[in-house]
Amino acid sequence: MNWHSLQDFFAMGGYGTYVWGSFSVVFALMLLEVWLLGRREREAQAAVTVHDDEGAA
Amino acid sequence: MLRAARQLMQRDLLLALRRRSDALMPLAFFLVTATLFPLAIGPDTRLLRSVAPGIVWVAALLSSLLGLQRLFADDHADGSLEQLLLSPQPLEVLVLAKVFAHWLTSGLPLLVLAPLVALQYGLEPEAMGVLWLGLLLGTPVLSLLGSIGAGLALGARGGSVLVALMLMPLYIPLLVLGSSAVVAASDGTGSAPHLMLLGALLAGSLAAAPWATAAALRIAHE
Amino acid sequence: MNQPYYSTANGARRRLTVFTFASPRNFYHLAGRLIPWFAALGVLTGLAGLAIGMLVAPTDFQQGDAYRIIFVHVPAAWMSMLIYMAMAGWAGFGLAYRTGVSSIMASALAPTGALFTFLALWTGALWGKPTWGAWWVWDARLTSELILLFLYLGYMGLHASISDPRRADRAAAVLALVGAVNIPIIYFSVYWWNTLHQGPSVTLGKAPTMAPAMLAAMLLMVAAFWCYGIAIALRRARCIVLERHGSAAWLRRRMK
Repeated sequence: MNWHSLQDFFAMGGYGTYVWGSFSVVFALMLLEVWLLGRREREAQAAVTVHDDEGAA
Repeated sequence: MLRAARQLMQRDLLLALRRRSDALMPLAFFLVTATLFPLAIGPDTRLLRSVAPGIVWVAALLSSLLGLQRLFADDHADGSLEQLLLSPQPLEVLVLAKVFAHWLTSGLPLLVLAPLVALQYGLEPEAMGVLWLGLLLGTPVLSLLGSIGAGLALGARGGSVLVALMLMPLYIPLLVLGSSAVVAASDGTGSAPHLMLLGALLAGSLAAAPWATAAALRIAHE
Repeated sequence: MNQPYYSTANGARRRLTVFTFASPRNFYHLAGRLIPWFAALGVLTGLAGLAIGMLVAPTDFQQGDAYRIIFVHVPAAWMSMLIYMAMAGWAGFGLAYRTGVSSIMASALAPTGALFTFLALWTGALWGKPTWGAWWVWDARLTSELILLFLYLGYMGLHASISDPRRADRAAAVLALVGAVNIPIIYFSVYWWNTLHQGPSVTLGKAPTMAPAMLAAMLLMVAAFWCYGIAIALRRARCIVLERHGSAAWLRRRMK
């Protein structure tokens, strides 16, 4: 383990803002992408089911 | 085939002559843009001389982007482009003819105007010469690559902005080479390699661009 | 002839060819089965990479702990370029063989590629500030990355501007190919421009000489981003198939 305490880990040798600023944006945007895609998939699936009701004989 | 190409070129030139304002406006834009920068930056001659190559090239680029609409849009609207697609002549040759006509009315006038702008910025004769040579090699590339963008944007909603967004990355090598050629000439380091690379860009675009534009035109008419 | 076969839902036997998954239906099923695997692999390699990179890897002598940004910067940058190549490849395949699913795959890759390009630029700036003192330097690689972002935006802009989805796919495919051909030219000219105006090149983002733990962590993160990219692109492609073929019988049966 490279770190002696949790504070050291968060401080990142003084570069904490930069390191955590990078990581947080990266993971936040990736999670956002997944969430938006999930929403898109749900809407598309709902549209297919609606189609189905319309075409049902 | 060559006769058809020549006739198409003459037709385009005739149309451009009848609608002179369509062709003249991008040139006016070039002059206006080039004049804006000294007003914004200040009249310091040394500074202007050092930024002149970049500004002239960017202004040429932007004015070329504005003039691209003329290339296919009108013909597309009245159906004559579709007729071109149906003709037995290879579409690539016809595209080349149109692009050449376009260059005669958009790029060639720039070659006349550029020395005037260079005077505004106080460029020395040698630098001016390299700038002119660079534009001679580069403006056809602007028209050739531009035709790809114009063809792709047919039937798309974006208009000039979309064409600009698509073409900007493709224009960057041209911009870099053209303006650094002038810088190299002013420095004394020699602009021959830059100009030769510009020539290579021209050769490459001549070979590849009509093919891509023809593909784009076919797709626009599916 | 001993050709490989696969069985369809109603028991028919079909030959397995290169074009088997060019059918939206087969692609939809295949993608649905692949996504969980890639997602899981991505999460696992990501956790492993982060654990090694953030907890175990030693502090660098020159850059301190700021270097740890490479664990997201390098994967994002590599993926941004790889995805563009993949996008152009699928676009070319779709243009040549008129397979709609190939073009769908290309347009599914684009937003993720653009995201990675932006992340590469963002993390690059945050890495540049502590190590080189500036948020942005006109370094050849960063500048090329910025131009790559514009290439992605041009692709997505063109695609969004054409109403007919099939025509949009094909027009954007031509643009992707033109862009791909131009990328080496652009990179070369930017590199030249950079060395001309700055003398000995100030290359931002020189990764430190890699201790084994650093290298392992970085490769794991690259794998993680790669799996993420594949999973997301497949999922988006499935969405597009859903949106376009929503009224198809095979989909309606499936949704029931």
